[in-house]
Amino acid sequence: MTELKLPSIDYAALAPILIMLSAALLGVLVEAFVPRRHRHPVQLSLGLLSVLAALVMVIFNADDRLITAGGALAVDGPTLFLQGAILVLAAMSLLLIGERSVERGGAFVAHAAVTAESVEDRRQAEGSNGATEVYPLASFAIGGMLIFVAANDLLTMFIALEVFSLPLYLLCALARRRRLLSQEAAMKYFLLGAYASAFFLFGVALVYGFTSGIPGRPAGVDFATIHAAVTESPASQVLLFAGMALLAIGLLFKAAAAPFHVWTPDVYQGAPTPITGFMAACTKVAAFGALLRVFHVAFSGAAWDFTPVLGAVAVLTMLVGAVLAVTQTDIKRLLAYSSIANAGYLLVGVLAPSKDGLAGTMFYLAAYGFSVLAAFAVVTLVRDADGEATHLSRWAGLGKRSPFFAAIFTFILLAFAGIPLTSGFMGKFAVFAPALDADQAWLVVAGVLTSMVLAFPYLRVVVMMWLSEPGESTPTVAVPGGLTSAALMIGVLATLVLGVVPGPLLDLANGAAEFVR
Amino acid sequence: MSNFPFLSVLTVAPLVGALVVAVLPRRRPDLAKQVAFGWSLLVLALSVVMWLEFSTGGERLQFRESYTWIPQWDARFTFAADGIALVMLMLIAVLVPLVILASWHDAESSKRSVPVYFALLLVLESTMIGVFAAADVFLFYVFFEVMLVPMYFLIGSYGGHQRQYAAVKFFLYSLVGGLFMLAAVIGLWVVGGKTFDWQALTQVDISTGTERWLFLGFFLAFAIKAPFFPFHTWLPDAGGAAPAGAAALLVGVLDKVGTFGILRYCLPLFPEASKWFAPWALALGVIGIIYAALLAVGQNDLKRLVSYTSIAHFGFIGVGIFAFTTQAGTGAVLYMLNHGLATGLLFLVVGMLVARRGSALISDFGGAGKLVPLLAGVLFFAGLASLALPGTAPFVSEFLVLIGTFTVNKPVAVIATLGIILAAAYVLWMVQRTTQGTLNPALAEVEPMRRDLNLREKVVVAPLIALIVLLGFYPKPVTDVINPAVRATMEDVGRTDPAPEVGGVVQEAHR
Repeated sequence: MTELKLPSIDYAALAPILIMLSAALLGVLVEAFVPRRHRHPVQLSLGLLSVLAALVMVIFNADDRLITAGGALAVDGPTLFLQGAILVLAAMSLLLIGERSVERGGAFVAHAAVTAESVEDRRQAEGSNGATEVYPLASFAIGGMLIFVAANDLLTMFIALEVFSLPLYLLCALARRRRLLSQEAAMKYFLLGAYASAFFLFGVALVYGFTSGIPGRPAGVDFATIHAAVTESPASQVLLFAGMALLAIGLLFKAAAAPFHVWTPDVYQGAPTPITGFMAACTKVAAFGALLRVFHVAFSGAAWDFTPVLGAVAVLTMLVGAVLAVTQTDIKRLLAYSSIANAGYLLVGVLAPSKDGLAGTMFYLAAYGFSVLAAFAVVTLVRDADGEATHLSRWAGLGKRSPFFAAIFTFILLAFAGIPLTSGFMGKFAVFAPALDADQAWLVVAGVLTSMVLAFPYLRVVVMMWLSEPGESTPTVAVPGGLTSAALMIGVLATLVLGVVPGPLLDLANGAAEFVR
Repeated sequence: MSNFPFLSVLTVAPLVGALVVAVLPRRRPDLAKQVAFGWSLLVLALSVVMWLEFSTGGERLQFRESYTWIPQWDARFTFAADGIALVMLMLIAVLVPLVILASWHDAESSKRSVPVYFALLLVLESTMIGVFAAADVFLFYVFFEVMLVPMYFLIGSYGGHQRQYAAVKFFLYSLVGGLFMLAAVIGLWVVGGKTFDWQALTQVDISTGTERWLFLGFFLAFAIKAPFFPFHTWLPDAGGAAPAGAAALLVGVLDKVGTFGILRYCLPLFPEASKWFAPWALALGVIGIIYAALLAVGQNDLKRLVSYTSIAHFGFIGVGIFAFTTQAGTGAVLYMLNHGLATGLLFLVVGMLVARRGSALISDFGGAGKLVPLLAGVLFFAGLASLALPGTAPFVSEFLVLIGTFTVNKPVAVIATLGIILAAAYVLWMVQRTTQGTLNPALAEVEPMRRDLNLREKVVVAPLIALIVLLGFYPKPVTDVINPAVRATMEDVGRTDPAPEVGGVVQEAHR
């Protein structure tokens, strides 16, 4: 029997992950032992503090470039940058999740087990405080995302995928109002997500089979072994291509790229809006972090083979997102399709195999996260007696009713449309330039063309808000509590600052844009 | 004083003014108007000082300033102006105070915030100055796109009939052009060694195929902006719906960004492609002259009519640019200035008429000259300037374009000359139907139609009339500034012509 060798673990490097996961466990204990009326402040502070502590550890580790935990996790530039981005965006999301003054009791249902649409349900929708289980769930999700972007082998990546997906499925189902829609969204997300995970796992198995072909080297699913196998293995490449395709399906599903995007509008619409924002910002960062690592580290040797396929996916994603956004009448669905189109632009960055491309993609992820969270923060505020008023026709004349929030939302929409002096423009430039440099002109042209199409729905919302007269049913804009205000301001300021002086963040991204293998 | 950072201060100053105006209380609209007007006068004063500091025999690009912006992409805040840009900056500085003065009561009828209207005008001024002052391609692109936003809200929030449709159409058309240009800007950055500095990029050798694609990207944006036929359909809608002051700026200055962009970016950066595409551009110009003039003849809406005349004039400017002679080029640039003055005046006067009548339809007028003789006279003068009557400034430029073109391309010059005849038709017919003839009885019942020009309106039109006459007889101060810049641009394209001194030609033309 061979001696069991313990892997060396660099606890400091893993501190952000450990902090988030222990905070999640602690959150479960809080649910068990703290009296109900104290749970909300305790959970919220616990969540925010742990995110801040993890962020401090990420900054403290900023110079780490190492592989630890027996090769399972890589703490390198991209990991740290993306972990930092996830944590900052997660902090903003927690602020939105914790808001309780816009709607009595918060955006979440008090007792998810109560039958939807029943009398009891209506009573709890009126005033009962929302469930505080959302905080540990969110902490688990954040912890999973932190592992996901650091995973250095496919199995760890799969486990991280599940760790952050399962809480998200649950969180989607916890909306206070329109609970059937919310539960339907969660069900869809769960079923399709489970399929995607299965695809991913099958891909892992095939790739494992492929790596067994290298003489003198054990098979494995860590990225160094896969990389070696791609460049050296004499085995047939069928296993490799099939495995790569299945892995890509799993990851592209999470990234909301076409044709694996169909869940996105339903889930974005049904989920409680703070969770929608959380998914649009953090899940996107995590999914693209993993995509970048898998394709730049493990499969970089097969770039010639996957680039055309992923390029086609990128073009399709941009097209689907842009064209279908035009026909939307619900603001959350519109933002969902916009998020799909943005996944396409991000894929353009993924396909630029250079340091600049990597840095540009990471910059885009961070910049987009801030804007999209701010957008969903505004969505939580526009409401009437039945909760949020998400139908676009209801937004008519909002500029008259509350010019301040309409101006903010207009600014965010201009950022999505890529008008200069917003982070949206800088982000587009940051991904398009390296792509053109890498001779992927067709992707840039597709990106530019779809941007034109996509400008139309954004502009339509602007027209609605400013140029239409307010109708009888124009909802009021709730006065945001401190938490939402903070999240909104951070998002808007980041959109502006990154649009005017993107230099510092670009520097940070450039400095971080190197994987360790 | 020559080290004073004129261009950056000129760009930022109106923006600061806009912020000040925007935070003024809504209940005191007069204060906002006065502050906005005063601020634009300050900008004008600074521009005059800059004009005096410009040395006509000096370097091509003067007042150069450069500050670090995004070092990773080598995008910098680089400002510099050649003679062409200087003339356009001067035009902006002159027009904006007059437009503010002319728009004194425009915003009140819209039920929207009055201070915001004037703040938007100042924001627009800032971005327009930035566009002409930028000497960094990235910076230019930023201003080129941002410029849309204030104009969009000016049209959409304060415009007349069909304003929503017009505003969205304006924005989308411009954005489409802008995004093609973005692709070309990135392409230029990649092939140009990852720099955005205009001067460095002029030295770059680009392979023929790439150069043509990049030229097309830029040209499309500028052709939509200018607008050239067949990308012009947004302008009549936007010009028709915009409030008169904004329309004067839209047609007078904002559209010049298109022709300026061709002169500053297409020709020097892609000389070979410019020559290759020149026949096509000339064809578009000539078609635009004739087609837009014919459409103008048929218009029944005063503002749309003026918009169509502008498209015809842009045809002339396009012909002048792509004829590649110094004469025609100088004529084109002079035309950009003169058209800004003449059409600006025309739009403002038409705005005054429309504001009194409450309708822009020509059929709602008739014999207006009997009620408002002075206003009718100014309209007549503006019309004559617009059809390039000798003695008014546009004549000089139109004539220069035509003789400059005739030396190299006779058919184009001959067809373009037909445009002058059509111009006489649409202007004179418009004047006749609105102000001459028997008095429309319905018109006499409209109370405001009995008030002729008041002092404020006289102050608005007087400087423009003076400038049009002055430059019609003595364009030398302007041609001296334009000429070296145009000659340098033509040298970039590799065309030198043994033409006589332009100043001399102008004088001969007048004898």
